[in-house]
Amino acid sequence: MRIPRPIVSAILVLSLAACGSDARPAGDSGDIKVGILHSLSGTMAISEVTVRDAELLAIEEINKAGGVLGKQLVPVVEDGASDWPTFAEKATKLIRQDKVATVFGGWTSASRKAMLPVFERYKALLWYPVQYEGLESSPYIFYTGATTNQQIIPGLDYLKEQGKKRLFLVGSDYVFPRTANKIIKAYAAANGMEILGEEYTPLGHTEYSTLVNKVTQARPDAVFNTLNGDSNVAFFKALKSTGATAESMPVLSVSIAEEEVTGIGVDNVVGQPVAWNYYQTTDTSANKAFVKAYKARYGQDKVTSDPMEAGYNAVYLWAEAVKKAGTTEVEAVRKAAGGIALERPEGLVTIDGESQHLYKTARIGIVQPDGLIKQVWDSGEPIKPDPYLKGYPWAAGLAGQ
Amino acid sequence: MIRRNLPFAAVAVIVLVVAPLLLEPFRLSLLAKYLCYAIVALGIGLAWGQAGMLTLGQGVFFGLGGYSMAMHLKLTEGGGLPDFMVWSGVEELPALWVPFGDPVLALATAVLGPMLIAAVLGTLVFRQRVRGAYFAILTQALAAAMVILLVGQQGLTGGTNGMTNFFDVFGQDLADDSTQRGLYLVVASVLGVLYLATRQLVNSRYGRLLVAIRDGEDRVRFLGYDPALVKTVTFALSAGMAGLAGALFVPVVGIISPALLGVVPSLELVVAVAVGGRHALAGAVLGAVVMGYAQTAFSEQFADGWLYLQGALFILVMTLAPKGIIGVAERWRRARTT
Repeated sequence: MRIPRPIVSAILVLSLAACGSDARPAGDSGDIKVGILHSLSGTMAISEVTVRDAELLAIEEINKAGGVLGKQLVPVVEDGASDWPTFAEKATKLIRQDKVATVFGGWTSASRKAMLPVFERYKALLWYPVQYEGLESSPYIFYTGATTNQQIIPGLDYLKEQGKKRLFLVGSDYVFPRTANKIIKAYAAANGMEILGEEYTPLGHTEYSTLVNKVTQARPDAVFNTLNGDSNVAFFKALKSTGATAESMPVLSVSIAEEEVTGIGVDNVVGQPVAWNYYQTTDTSANKAFVKAYKARYGQDKVTSDPMEAGYNAVYLWAEAVKKAGTTEVEAVRKAAGGIALERPEGLVTIDGESQHLYKTARIGIVQPDGLIKQVWDSGEPIKPDPYLKGYPWAAGLAGQ
Repeated sequence: MIRRNLPFAAVAVIVLVVAPLLLEPFRLSLLAKYLCYAIVALGIGLAWGQAGMLTLGQGVFFGLGGYSMAMHLKLTEGGGLPDFMVWSGVEELPALWVPFGDPVLALATAVLGPMLIAAVLGTLVFRQRVRGAYFAILTQALAAAMVILLVGQQGLTGGTNGMTNFFDVFGQDLADDSTQRGLYLVVASVLGVLYLATRQLVNSRYGRLLVAIRDGEDRVRFLGYDPALVKTVTFALSAGMAGLAGALFVPVVGIISPALLGVVPSLELVVAVAVGGRHALAGAVLGAVVMGYAQTAFSEQFADGWLYLQGALFILVMTLAPKGIIGVAERWRRARTT
């Protein structure tokens, strides 16, 4: 085949021209650039895109209200591509090239662990919006999701209250479920509960009949579920096919929110308990406004969930810290952030300056037939974050040295 | 001789002198990353382009090199057990890790380990006259198995997270821009030396033999050569290059994880070699750099849909220029000289 030469050269020139990205139009000096770094492609995209949308919504709202320090916020959005090294690379790009004031991003623990050295190396700020396994407290990360004593331990307290003493642990094979289960086992040992089994499957695993057989044969009072992503669909379907219901086999999940319920199919999880800090149904005036604004912006059929709310909050908390500091300079913002308290959709949140986590209210909810989650229990007041579980004698030794 | 080496010398000057002067430190370390991939691509160019062995599992060797280096970096940073072992509940250093405290042993494992595995695999497979698609599937399965192994052994390997948070390499602070520049120069020099050596090899009688095996393995056997041996040696060489690239990659990029060495990244490298032009070693190297650059540029410009653009680039190059970018360049040159 004769190749029309101009076409080939045009393609090459075009592709190279696209690479002249260093000449990205910089905002006016009156703008503040902030980075947003979530997976927009790959397996995590389904979850992370919604967090990005919530963060962009917060930025729009803040801009509409006059911006921060009289300047407009300009988001620079990058794709972490569900790939941890890409998160590290794009974080470096946002910090060093775009010189953003702060970054909002990440979902999986692996992506946070990959970004941590980058933010510490360049002394830049990351706001991480998802509940996680604790045992971490980087001076350059603010954690706006729950740590273990604000989600997993309240979840266990709830099961204990309900008289569920024999548990079976099911999780995906990575750092969050493994660490969570380590904590659950220590809690069980101290509270006279029994762990009948502990099973892990690779991320993305979808064959659960064997595992479900193991679970049903062990006859636990409840299952503690730390599976992530698609695996939940297969797991709950397999469980339902054995005839189990939420009454006969309660499964407490810590990674299933409103968004995931639709994916799993409401029929398969209806009546099951979940542990979070926020639900779309959470009854605060700030939440009514948030849900309304989100639906108006992205569609009436959209739902809001805990990580989205945590991402949305992160932008507001950072803006508040910047206002208090009078500058976007990182060390000043860090210092100003401690003690900031805001009424958010989930209720009052306060930044704990020492650990850079939030005081958050723990909530247990039950999945409803309409796909939303109804709260059945809450901690009454925001719980002080304790990422290393220092306040729990039974947890001594979990944090390593 | 001089005329033949002129393009190489020009590229060497650009890469070693001009790029470090012009590029910001962040861009330079990205270029270093592409050059690491180019080293793997050079190995693929040798094994696939010259000898016709389509290997879809170079990520395995790249990963072995990378993990060897990462283990060494984790052990030399001090402060007790590597961070991920602490949160995985491992209490003392596993015996497997102990040798990696030594830099020479770690580097040797990074290069010789992959070569040994490739040699054993090659001996088993090529003696049985397994080739073509069957060989490709086998290497791909190896990549998939390697990922499962690494993810499952969280206490030993860091699981899905892999290993990150390195502070220095051979006593040099990794946060320092001058260290990154030094690493870039090391990677570029290693690539240059390996390229020259591989080109020498390809132009030798051994190289002719490789092409002969690619185009008619049975005829070569009838002529009295042992194709299995020749292929095994070639496969081992390409594995060694991938291992060395992995070892260089880790201090440059600062992370190694199973996602970097599974089926998809292994395929991406083969695609890059195809885009560059697999029949020429320079094409393989060029393809890796172009595809790496395209990925960065597209994803920065179009965070939402860059994967489509990257796919489109591949399809366009393959349909319009089946011999890759280097094929187009060669035709231009021929057209001008005749």
